[in-house]
Amino acid sequence: MFKKILSHHLRDIQGGMDDSMSPERYKVLRTKLVGLMAVVAALPLLVMAIINYHQTQTALNREVQNPLRAMLGKTKTSLELFLAERTSAVSFIVNAYPFQELSDEKALNRIFRVMKQEFEGFVDLGLIDSSGTQVSYAGPYNLKGKNYSEQAWFNQVRIKGKYISDVFLGFRMFPHVVIAVQHMSDSGESWILRVTLDTRQFDKLIAAMSLEPDSDAFILNREGVLQTPSNYYGKVLEKLPIDMPPATYESTVRPLVDPAGRDLFMSYIFSSDSDFVIMAMKPRASFTQTWYTVRSDLAFIFLSGLVLIFLVAYKITDLLLKRMSDSEMQREMAFKQMEHTQKLSSIGRLAAGLAHEVNNPLAIINEKTGLMRDLIRLKAEFPDRDKFLGLTDAVTKAVERCRGITHRMLGFAKRMEVKIEILDVNEIITETLEFLNKEASYRNVDIRLNLGDNLPHIASDRGQLQQVFLNIVNNALAAVADGGFISMTTWEKDLDTVGVSIQDNGCGMSEATLGHIFEPFFTTKKGQGTGLGLSITYGIIKRLGGELTVQSKVSQGTTFTMFLPKKPPEGAM
Amino acid sequence: MKKIKLLLVDDEENFVSALAERLQLRDFRPKVALNGEEGLDALEKETPDVIVLDLRMPGIDGMEVLRRVKKSHPQVQVIILTGHGTEQDREEASRIGAYEYHRKPVDIDDLVFSIKNAYRKKLEDVMVAATFAEAGDFSSADDHMLNEGLKDKVGK
Repeated sequence: MFKKILSHHLRDIQGGMDDSMSPERYKVLRTKLVGLMAVVAALPLLVMAIINYHQTQTALNREVQNPLRAMLGKTKTSLELFLAERTSAVSFIVNAYPFQELSDEKALNRIFRVMKQEFEGFVDLGLIDSSGTQVSYAGPYNLKGKNYSEQAWFNQVRIKGKYISDVFLGFRMFPHVVIAVQHMSDSGESWILRVTLDTRQFDKLIAAMSLEPDSDAFILNREGVLQTPSNYYGKVLEKLPIDMPPATYESTVRPLVDPAGRDLFMSYIFSSDSDFVIMAMKPRASFTQTWYTVRSDLAFIFLSGLVLIFLVAYKITDLLLKRMSDSEMQREMAFKQMEHTQKLSSIGRLAAGLAHEVNNPLAIINEKTGLMRDLIRLKAEFPDRDKFLGLTDAVTKAVERCRGITHRMLGFAKRMEVKIEILDVNEIITETLEFLNKEASYRNVDIRLNLGDNLPHIASDRGQLQQVFLNIVNNALAAVADGGFISMTTWEKDLDTVGVSIQDNGCGMSEATLGHIFEPFFTTKKGQGTGLGLSITYGIIKRLGGELTVQSKVSQGTTFTMFLPKKPPEGAM
Repeated sequence: MKKIKLLLVDDEENFVSALAERLQLRDFRPKVALNGEEGLDALEKETPDVIVLDLRMPGIDGMEVLRRVKKSHPQVQVIILTGHGTEQDREEASRIGAYEYHRKPVDIDDLVFSIKNAYRKKLEDVMVAATFAEAGDFSSADDHMLNEGLKDKVGK
């Protein structure tokens, strides 16, 4: 499936080379390449970032949860210690004093005073006999004579010997906890000492946890009734609006969304000695504050990495495609050049064949006409002699013209034998111009020579170069009006090349004409030219290893510029 | 003046007959052969002064005829007159010893001019050959005398 998608997209990259590429396709290819490279490079980064994210989060959670756990454990120990101390104090008193002494209110009050001195949180103290009647009482309320035999805790203490109550309001109308311890004497009599503890001591334990303001901590009983007030979940003795978690005696932390929608970590621990549960709520947000800073670092690295990857991918792709399009262009140009050469040579062969085939019948016409003419001239009294002589002359002239064409065609096809010698280009130009000076002066055309001094000699073919100059200057002469000018310039272009330019201020050429002038049989001289001149010229210069370019503007003139190598290319010989 | 003897070898009868007639009118004595074999036969029957030879012919082609002529009759001058000739043909023909090379169609005056020059060349060649023949006698005589002299010296 992935492979299919990939191959579908890669087809452009692989198959695109077959046909020439439009800029549109380059754009698509670029987008795909950049996308592919970016995805391939960014994928590991993304995976790494995700793994890192999870690891960091786990580590951070642990780091945040552990202190919470420790704190809960400590608070639980404190709570248990607090209750154990008081229970053992009560236990000590009930065991250390005989019933008579404890039932004496004065003695009880004295003991109560000492207890209050030693331990915080005692509210009152009472002695209850086995029938459940309060025998004596020390404390702020008048509870002497009250009977507890019907109450559940009384029965429990009778069975277990010890009882610690949940928080409740009771007769006293403020939250308190009751601890009751039973003593069994050797004689089988039993009595119960009962103390009331103020729950403000619990509040102190919670306060000792010193949590942040947006956190919450409280003590519950196992039924989920609040034993201390909570910031968010109600007052003492109200039911916690959250389901109680299963009992565990280890500090436990679990994520939780409370009824108000706050995202929390709930941590709790069950006391093993009593029915109490200590619970703390900490908002996740405050928890993960540290995490956010770490994550923003991570995100920054990830994003800048991504940007970097994208930039590099883009740059590389850009470079690659530029190379590609460059070579594509070069290929195309080379192909065009080849096509042109191919065209020239095939047309050349065609022309040669044609010329040969035409030459034989032309020769017959020539000889028959010639014979006719000879015979007419020999007979003095031939009727209409002059007329017939005129006719045969016309035929001979036409044959002559055809011969000119076929010979030029053969010449075009020929240009094979190159004879290389050391030549002075300036000298050849001067020599060539001698053929044309007459026409130039007759038409008052100014031929300006601007030949470079000390122009280095080149190894080339004299006859071919002459033909080149002759062809171009002939064209220039045809293009300029009477009184115009033709200027010829030579210079040393570089160490290996000599430049020659031939400029005229003649009629110039249109763009369309410029595109065809080196093609064989393309002519603007209707009925006069063969259209081979510039084609031959171009072919010769190519064969001599040179370059021929042309610039032209309609009604402003034309400049032919050629660069001739000082040494002919290999294979020209 | 004695008429220059010509042999025209060309497979195009229309052409060669007209050409022969025209040359006859110009006081030459042309004979016509329509292919290479005929040409070589005619050469054996009566040696011409100048041969006007086409290159492309069925059977023995012009280049081969030229080669054989130059081998058996080096003094007979050959003018190539062809419609097909390429630059290579021209070079090869001149290397084998053709006197001149014309491309069809040819101006009759140019051809006549070439024929006359070729005839002059033939006469020159014949004369030079004769001179060399005499010189050859001299040289063999010299050799003989030299040999005799050496013999004398060795003998002593």
